[in-house]
Amino acid sequence: MYTQALNNPAVEAGVEDEEKLAAFQARIDREEKIEPNDWMPAAYRKTLVRQISQHAHSEVVGMLPEGNWVTRAPSLKRKAILLAKIQDEGGHGLYLYSAAETLGVSREELVDQLLSGKAKYSSIFNYPTLNWADVGAVGWLVDGAAIMNQIPLCRCSFGPYSRAMIRICKEESFHQRQGYDLLVAMMKGTAEQQEMVQDAVNRLWWPALMMFGPSDKDSKHSADSMKWKIKRFTNDELRQKFVDATVPQAKVLGISLPDPDLKLNEETGHWEHGEPDWDEFYNTIKGNGICNKQRMKDRIKAHEDGAWVREAAQAYAAKQAAKKSAA
Amino acid sequence: MSEQATPLWEVFIRARNGMSHRHAGSVHAADAEMALQAARDVYTRRGEGLSIWVVPSAAIIANDPDEKGEMFEPTASKIYRHPTFYELPDEVANM
Repeated sequence: MYTQALNNPAVEAGVEDEEKLAAFQARIDREEKIEPNDWMPAAYRKTLVRQISQHAHSEVVGMLPEGNWVTRAPSLKRKAILLAKIQDEGGHGLYLYSAAETLGVSREELVDQLLSGKAKYSSIFNYPTLNWADVGAVGWLVDGAAIMNQIPLCRCSFGPYSRAMIRICKEESFHQRQGYDLLVAMMKGTAEQQEMVQDAVNRLWWPALMMFGPSDKDSKHSADSMKWKIKRFTNDELRQKFVDATVPQAKVLGISLPDPDLKLNEETGHWEHGEPDWDEFYNTIKGNGICNKQRMKDRIKAHEDGAWVREAAQAYAAKQAAKKSAA
Repeated sequence: MSEQATPLWEVFIRARNGMSHRHAGSVHAADAEMALQAARDVYTRRGEGLSIWVVPSAAIIANDPDEKGEMFEPTASKIYRHPTFYELPDEVANM
């Protein structure tokens, strides 16, 4: 079965069989994909469930800051684009939940982990979207950072995660471009509109850099993930790639980036940048960011308000099934 | 979690005529009709398909990966099933 219709997580405890462990690592080293029913170490399964579900939660919570602007989009064109993008984010969440479920954890458990606060989601979605340019800056910077993170994940050793990421990356490209396009349009507008763009970028630049996670020297999960080829680049390497790609785009846009330490190293060809405020990062992860409480409140409300729909759909399905078996 | 779990369905999509349906992913839905609609929304937002199948995941019977050997290895030794097993006389250029 491709996806396991289980509602309980597989319990694998204790010490791993050395022989199996070595054979597993050899498969990974040969760049073979691991599929759901293959043997895998419990820690590999646990790491993937955590990472894929956090990723799914991020997509779903990520719909909220953008949803804030649907009714206030300045034109029908921008509104249609924004709706399509938000729908994609919901879709991405669903691809990822499905991938996580192949590891033996149920959708209901995953949703419960998010709503109970047990599971984390990306810190970026705890920042508010204060002006219309934020919608553009989210597409350009937030989706841009996500793409940097996600492209190497297309080659992740776990088959279902890798396949989900391939679909997602194809769609992300639209997300980033529509954001940049929105900002370009505003930069051609009035001085006030240009200021809105600069303001949005000033607020979102550092949170976007934090999306790559803590600095390599403080990252807990990296070593195993690299060994298992879940991760291919370190947090700092990906952050650098993002900065290098984004600085020239900011120049074309005609805005400045809020980092006084940003300078091109002629020798390496890389843009050196300052340190993000890691206290702010950890504080946000812990639940004390600007919008954490609002985001969770909104997700819980959406889930609870939908309970009667799920119940009615199941009651109808049961009734139809009974009718069919009686006929 | 007092709520009843919503059933899981596997989604297969035919990208265009002339191709077979391929596994695209899965969705949760209370019944077949809702599964089809969810599959359309989740997997065909950009013209990825002309035809969708949804199958209850529980209805799929799969082989046990631990018995992969017994299942598939016998074919490995039957190299005479491949055309490259046979050497042609030089005079015969193509066959």
